[in-house]
Amino acid sequence: MTDLTNSFQQFCNLQNRRQFIQRAGIGLGAAAVSSSAQAASAAAPAGCHHPPRAKRVIFLFMAGAPSQLDLFDYKPNLEKLHGQPLPKEISKGQRVTTMTRGKEQFICASIFKFAPQGQSGLVMSELLPHLSSLADDICLIKSTHTEAINHDPAKTFFCTGAEMPGRPSMGSWLSYGLGSMNKDLPEFIVLTSAFWSGKVNVQALYSRLWGTGFLPSQHQGIAFQSVGDPVLFLSNPTGVSRKARAKVLEFVAKVNQQQQQLTGDPEIQTSISQQEMAFRMQTSVPELTDLSGESRSVVEMYGPEVHKTGSFARNCLLARRMAERNVRFIQLFHRGWDHHSSLPTHLRGQARDVDQPIAGLLSDLKQRGLLDDTLVVFAGEFGRTAFAQGSVKDRNNYGRDHHPRCFTTWMAGGGIKGGISYGETDDFCYNVAKDPVHIRDFHATMLHQLGIDHNRLTFPYQGLDHRLTGVEPSRVVKEILS
Amino acid sequence: MKRIPATVTAVSLGTRLAGMNRRGAMFYFVLLGVILADRSDAAPLNFNRDIRPILSDRCFHCHGRAAKNRQANLRLDRPDGEDGALRTHDGSTAIKPGDLKASQLWYRITTDDEDERMPPADANKKPLSPEERELFKQWILDGAEYDEFWSFVAPKETHPPEVKNEGWRRGLIDPYVMARLEKERLQPKPQADKRTLIRRVTFDLTGLPPNLLEIEAFLKDGSPNAYAKLVDRLLEDEAYGEHMARYWADLVRLADTSGMHKDFYRNFSTYRSWLIRAFNHNLRFDDFIKFQLAGDLYSEPSEDQLVASGFNRLHLIIDRGTALPEESHHKNVLDRVQAFGTAFLGLTVQCAQCHQHKYDPISQREFYQLYAFFNNFDGAPETGGAPKGGVQAPSITLGASVKNPGASGRLAMVMKERATPKPTHILIRGSYEHPGEKVERNTPAFLPPLKQKEGFYTRMDLAKWLVDPRHPLTARVAVNRFWQQFFGVGLVKTSEDFGHQGEWPSHPELLDTLALGFMGSGWDVKKLVREIVLSQTYRQSSDAKPDEFASDPENRLLARGSRYRMDAEMIRDQILFLSGKLNRKMYGESVKPPQPAGLWKAVSMAAPLTYVADQGEAIYRRSFYTFWRRGMPPPQMTILNAPSREFCTPRRERTNTSLQALLMMNEQEFFKAAKACATLTLKEANNDVNKGLTLLYEKVTSHRPDQQRMQLLRETFDEFCALYAEDKTLTEALTPELTHTEFNQRVELAALTMMTHSLLNLELTKVKR
Repeated sequence: MTDLTNSFQQFCNLQNRRQFIQRAGIGLGAAAVSSSAQAASAAAPAGCHHPPRAKRVIFLFMAGAPSQLDLFDYKPNLEKLHGQPLPKEISKGQRVTTMTRGKEQFICASIFKFAPQGQSGLVMSELLPHLSSLADDICLIKSTHTEAINHDPAKTFFCTGAEMPGRPSMGSWLSYGLGSMNKDLPEFIVLTSAFWSGKVNVQALYSRLWGTGFLPSQHQGIAFQSVGDPVLFLSNPTGVSRKARAKVLEFVAKVNQQQQQLTGDPEIQTSISQQEMAFRMQTSVPELTDLSGESRSVVEMYGPEVHKTGSFARNCLLARRMAERNVRFIQLFHRGWDHHSSLPTHLRGQARDVDQPIAGLLSDLKQRGLLDDTLVVFAGEFGRTAFAQGSVKDRNNYGRDHHPRCFTTWMAGGGIKGGISYGETDDFCYNVAKDPVHIRDFHATMLHQLGIDHNRLTFPYQGLDHRLTGVEPSRVVKEILS
Repeated sequence: MKRIPATVTAVSLGTRLAGMNRRGAMFYFVLLGVILADRSDAAPLNFNRDIRPILSDRCFHCHGRAAKNRQANLRLDRPDGEDGALRTHDGSTAIKPGDLKASQLWYRITTDDEDERMPPADANKKPLSPEERELFKQWILDGAEYDEFWSFVAPKETHPPEVKNEGWRRGLIDPYVMARLEKERLQPKPQADKRTLIRRVTFDLTGLPPNLLEIEAFLKDGSPNAYAKLVDRLLEDEAYGEHMARYWADLVRLADTSGMHKDFYRNFSTYRSWLIRAFNHNLRFDDFIKFQLAGDLYSEPSEDQLVASGFNRLHLIIDRGTALPEESHHKNVLDRVQAFGTAFLGLTVQCAQCHQHKYDPISQREFYQLYAFFNNFDGAPETGGAPKGGVQAPSITLGASVKNPGASGRLAMVMKERATPKPTHILIRGSYEHPGEKVERNTPAFLPPLKQKEGFYTRMDLAKWLVDPRHPLTARVAVNRFWQQFFGVGLVKTSEDFGHQGEWPSHPELLDTLALGFMGSGWDVKKLVREIVLSQTYRQSSDAKPDEFASDPENRLLARGSRYRMDAEMIRDQILFLSGKLNRKMYGESVKPPQPAGLWKAVSMAAPLTYVADQGEAIYRRSFYTFWRRGMPPPQMTILNAPSREFCTPRRERTNTSLQALLMMNEQEFFKAAKACATLTLKEANNDVNKGLTLLYEKVTSHRPDQQRMQLLRETFDEFCALYAEDKTLTEALTPELTHTEFNQRVELAALTMMTHSLLNLELTKVKR
């Protein structure tokens, strides 16, 4: 570090020392939570309602909705029913999309093989060989369900707890509720894959999926970019060195400080510390995204795609590095799962995109002792139909429509029982047969693992005390907690 | 106290709290609560101010209007009736006026028995504080009188209060503000100095800084009405319309894309142009409302009226394909009703779509009666592929007009009714798949009735109802938002909610006076704005002592001028203005200034997959013309708290974050502008560095540097010179176009660029003060 850089930092430290001491460990959100009615229990850290089982979350969002029937929810009976109409007493004339509305619904069995895995014997599809080797670590939730039948509202619901835009996203709630665990990086980081294998019907994303809605905007997700600066506007402009940058900030801090003395405005102090944080991020973020220090054996765990910028595999490795640096909520988006046609081809590719990287991520977290307090989540916005979209004749070329009534998600680590399957669907994988888990319940469970009572993490807006789980009843799925 | 929620959205406060321990934070709130509540020990209790907010927040959920959740057959929202607060049920009386012991409510809020205490622990409501219990005690002892909810009765005329301070007796505003200050024994601040004043008012009326000539002229003008003349000049500046329209754009979620699924281009540029012209021509605000809500329903609607009716088309809209048309239709109507409620009534009517509103007297039936006004759109509920030119039927083709030059041939989306109204049903639990009883168009019963007429009511009837002088909400809500624009916080802080969960006004009589004055003037917006900025209240210096900021962080008592970071658009426009490149072309379609690569591609599912920035002068247009993609709005705007425009936003939050610091440090165009400004200034100063630094400082901050500041500027400049002189590569990288210039001149420009860049990062530059 140069003298100038040092001088800027010394200067700031001098100005802010007292604030730093006060600020340590307690953010706005933490203050908001702990000032609520019932005082937090003595053992729980700031912001928590009870001792947490997980400190952070890695959320692997499979945008477009992967087929539970071909990946996780094995329905051997369907093989002999293949091509027959789905019984009306099962479908009950329920709403379908305009793509299959009014059309006959012919049962479509998966062409993929399933087999029990690990000591637990969890049954998984042949498309996920690497993940299968970690079956004993994951908890499949086969009875997940939601209301929305279209991508946009369904994704918005999963990420924000409401179909209509305007609500805070999951990570924002956590950032608001728990505050920051690190001083150099954002609390909530989003990584989107720059490419994927299933090249049909690629669904859009929206910044609202990681937005703050009505929460203060410092809680928004920071989307890392796969091209250019990982964090927008991170690098100095051409012709500005770090030394020059330090000089600028030193001058700015000096004048601002004088200004504060003249005008009394306390907000100026916040600006100074935010500029300081920005300056630190200029080194902490490149350090975070620089993989040169990773050993070859570790990198290889994530599969061959890890060498490509913007790949899901590389994002998984980055996610681990973020978890290590105590980023609270890390959300990966991988698109390309919307398989209305040619599902077997596209799903093969998509599964290949994520299988080894996710297995690598889980193993890597495990070997570093991070899986115990990191909750890893895998989910799409809904499931896919047991009946075919398009012809059922060509077994290698079927498609499946949207299906919100049941789908499979999974969780691992962070105090979740491994090697179990929770909830059941009926023989047709059409309705939930046992132990339904609504996305609200899913949210409640996630929050619970982080030490938060979902009923008590609230924010007043337009007259209501809003919460991630909304006003409908929801519950923590205690049965899957270790 | 509820009226200062512990988790404030107006966030400059929030960020301040980040640096404060919890006890300090709680102290803030308690203190502020006391200040705002405006009661000394002797002051009589005011039901609406002191009691109702607590009842609403802690009790109404189970003891309010909504029958579904009601417990113990008890309503606390009204005194009378079988279930009213004064009723006796199973031998127990909830409230017996004047008698604490006989009042079950008093027992329930004071008992230590956890099973009996209200609110119950499992309700997740905050328990009553000792101060709140004291208020209830006094209220019951005083006779437990209920009042009608303040914002649901028409504004009341009052005599301006007598104040001692002679300079504060004029106009509609100052006597009310001063009366409160005198009561609190607070002194106002003196008028801000002339440089601060011209900077403040120029930004507030045009969104742009004053230039040096304007400052000079104002300083030289010693006449007593110099400031009034300045205000009148600014009100006639066309930038005024652009600036005012921008706030409206947030409120009505004006954007350039559909916001759903493929997020198609959607062209509302003619509506934007109309907004600007409406503010500049000072269209009466009642007409401004009528045009937008029902412009299509005039007997022979003008082009403007039709274009304005495009307000009803600004909702999000999904594309045909996967969505169910009836679902899309329903969501569009909901979105329209919500916009109507938020923008004009300041109410959360949408809360009544599944059940009786929990806090305000809006039944589910009444919600669908409002819904019926918006349920009759004669057009597709979805976009069929990318609409040509971003315009979807019904639309009109504009002709050339004197008022609207250059618009000829353009298309504008408009509102249109179907010939026979589509029947509307109550939707059970808000589900469009479960229609219940059929309902007719009408307005909620707690507000004045619609005029009697034959046949069914139209949107025009609804619009006329809104602007009827007896309507208690429309003018108050509008005036409050204008106030918020100039002071950072409304007289009612919750400008989005004037209902029971909203906040009690800081100056209730002032709000009513302004609302009545506004209607009485013929809904004259410029007159209202002029009244505000000419007030002594507005003109105060914003400098104060730290304890004054601490005791009233949001300046609700107005004992000083307001001070807060400017909006994203003002910050960017200022930077372009200083670079000399700001393109003042008005109207027309949106433009795409450069943004970091890959943002659109990372989220898109259909063409255009990538953002292609415009070239040339288009990229220097004012930020109000920047293309607004709802799924990925311009980061230069959103990082500084601009909303996504996916939903109606009556007030922006204001945060102070490290991403904002990065944006200001590293945004390429901002940096280029700094260099352009430095180049220009160096030329104007004939390469005299000291002169250049003074000039630069004055341009950027509207002030001249004092000796100490000048010394710091010069020292820093010299340090930059040394730094660049030492680093040839860096200097060349910063000044690539000066290959034929002497190296020391390149160093000088580099250093001055860095000085400009530094000044642009100052609080002085970003904060309206």
